[in-house]
Amino acid sequence: MSERLAVRKTYKLFIGGAFPRSESGRSYVVTDAKGRFIANASQASRKDARDAVVAARKAFAGWSGRTAYNRGQILYRVAEMLEGRRDQFTTELRQTGLTKPQANAEVDAAIDRWVWYAGWADKISAVAGAANPVSGPFFNFSTPEPTGVVAVIAPDSPLLGLVSVVAPAIVSGNTTVVVASEPAPLPAITLAEVLATSDLPAGVINVLTGHRAEITPWLASHMDVNAIDLTGAPTGHVHDLEEKAAENLKRVLRPQDADWTAEPGTARMTAFLETKTVWHPVGV
Amino acid sequence: MTVFEYAPAPESRAVVDIRGSYGLFIDGEFTDGHGEPFKSINPADESVLADIACADEADVDRAVRAARAAYDKVWGPMPGRERAKYLYRIARIIQERSRELAVLESIDNGKPIRESRDVDVPLVAAWFFYYAGWADKLAHAGFGSDPRPVGVAGQVIPWNFPLLMLAWKIAPALACGNTVVLKPAETTPLTALLFADICRQAELPPGVVNIITGAGDTGRTLVAHEGIDKVAFTGSTEVGRQIARTLAGTNKRLTLELGGKAANIVYEDAALDQAVEGIVNGIFFNQGHVCCAGSRLLVQESVADDVLERLKTRMATLRVGDPLDKNTDIGAINSAEQLTKIKELSEAGEAEGAGRWSPPCDLPSQGFWFAPTIFTGVAQSHRIAREEIFGPVLSVLTFRTPDEAITKANNSPYGLSAGVWTEKGSQILWTAQRLRAGVVWANTFNKFDPASPFGGYKESGFGREGGRHGLEAYLNV
Repeated sequence: MSERLAVRKTYKLFIGGAFPRSESGRSYVVTDAKGRFIANASQASRKDARDAVVAARKAFAGWSGRTAYNRGQILYRVAEMLEGRRDQFTTELRQTGLTKPQANAEVDAAIDRWVWYAGWADKISAVAGAANPVSGPFFNFSTPEPTGVVAVIAPDSPLLGLVSVVAPAIVSGNTTVVVASEPAPLPAITLAEVLATSDLPAGVINVLTGHRAEITPWLASHMDVNAIDLTGAPTGHVHDLEEKAAENLKRVLRPQDADWTAEPGTARMTAFLETKTVWHPVGV
Repeated sequence: MTVFEYAPAPESRAVVDIRGSYGLFIDGEFTDGHGEPFKSINPADESVLADIACADEADVDRAVRAARAAYDKVWGPMPGRERAKYLYRIARIIQERSRELAVLESIDNGKPIRESRDVDVPLVAAWFFYYAGWADKLAHAGFGSDPRPVGVAGQVIPWNFPLLMLAWKIAPALACGNTVVLKPAETTPLTALLFADICRQAELPPGVVNIITGAGDTGRTLVAHEGIDKVAFTGSTEVGRQIARTLAGTNKRLTLELGGKAANIVYEDAALDQAVEGIVNGIFFNQGHVCCAGSRLLVQESVADDVLERLKTRMATLRVGDPLDKNTDIGAINSAEQLTKIKELSEAGEAEGAGRWSPPCDLPSQGFWFAPTIFTGVAQSHRIAREEIFGPVLSVLTFRTPDEAITKANNSPYGLSAGVWTEKGSQILWTAQRLRAGVVWANTFNKFDPASPFGGYKESGFGREGGRHGLEAYLNV
């Protein structure tokens, strides 16, 4: 008797809650650490990037308008779904060259990281906001608000690095277009499948796979993107991407050395927050 | 019936002593500049006030080196409580010399003495007092237990609030342990140079504050200089973009406070007389040379006629003229160049079909003047509804529903400030939540305070000045 032939998964993009192939019809080969074929991933085009921005913009009002408690609940739900997919993530991480214990540890850390950020949803305002003692009969308060649509160029740490850049961007109400690790994009698409089966509204996270050098300039120069996280930007491209981002004065988070296992602090959340200050007279 | 004749009440100029020429303040000394000197003029009568040195590349380099040396040897290592005392000293001297600063500001800038005396200079002193107190409390500011300064800051400021913008830049920078090279605008350098004298009176160590004068080239040289760690700029969005491009690919930190086109929303249930005062303050304060000016009035259709009638009546009482007259409401436009821009955009407003109105108003024959002006029947596509005019020109648009007001208010690449007028509390909060702007004034307008963060969304820039938030720009976080 022959062994059963496995049913393989087609890895597609994740845009507006759906899983389309690249409109360009292109794909690229993803290999494991030993160079063996694993899958053909979609090779996103400029048009796919623009579609993803449209989806993210469309989702922004709804997502940022939800209560912080509700966003926290949804993020926690994502962590629950991640937990249920442990085996799949572990398998994909092992394909990138990690040992079984290493892959397990990475999945553990990624889920815990997501839970950590979920809890921030209804706390970041208390830490980053203020009631300001102005010199006059006014009530004056500052609250952090999401910047808008954030383009996230994810690092090559395919799961822990990915969740460590995506979760802080969305927890405060931003929506995102995420460019996955180019050599190891598969966990990003599996994460997208998790998101699609959580309660996360369509368009809050959109995932593109493909050549970063091709996709990222279109996101950096896109006039309806408010901020860009250059963490995984191709070496040598940062200068050009920053220059493009200047056109509409995007908030830019520059690449920095990151230890993804360390507790992150609040900087990745505050990088994509605006402070709004409201004044009102006090009187009778 | 008795008619009260108008009698001017001019503030004396005797309190200021303007020198014939000014050098660059570098390393605690006034030194010669090596660029082509330029003149600062009084915009109210076009008289020359002084010759001002222009910093060339070598001068900028000298200033940055002085700032670096002061950072490494004196200011960086100094305990916060000692830095605080210097800043307190500066605040006190500003209070002691407040009349002199106010008069000089009005002469060089053209703003009414009532504003420089009652708004600008008191806020300048308050800014130094406020940030002085942070200097030895930075560990409690939420940026880590031992936050470090950034280093040397290059700061470029505009001409609309010369001394106040200087305070917004220098006070937090020094409190956090940075040293600065600051370039005031070329049309309004005099109060910054007087501030240099205040630094000397306070015995601030040489090199901690350096003030270099010049035009755009000097500013470009400063922000591109390799020896600075941080750039802070207030000015136009176009220049802000250029600076962001210049800093691309470097490790320099950047904060930008840029243009605006604020919506001032008046709902039908607003206290209309108060709202009219707010509209006038919103657009005519400082001749409308205010990045956060309420330059787009959005008034609910049901009260639009009533509001316009009251607004016109109120505008007819505004006094335009001598900035040093204590009765003056609207002073001189800061420069011939700015006056040309205001005229050009106003003509575009007429050409595009909006209705133009100004109260009868005698303007002085010398100097740069523009009568307070409103445009009615303005469409969102008109240039006067989209572009920053930076003058005493108000565009009036109407709306029917709150949703429409929000959509129109947010229909701008800018997002610096906004106003909302209604007697209904829940509607204020609903509106404030939806406005994509960094400062929302509800039933008030154009209020500023060192404890209150200020800064924009979208193309109005990034970073905040004021409050605890204002420290972040000057700490290595």
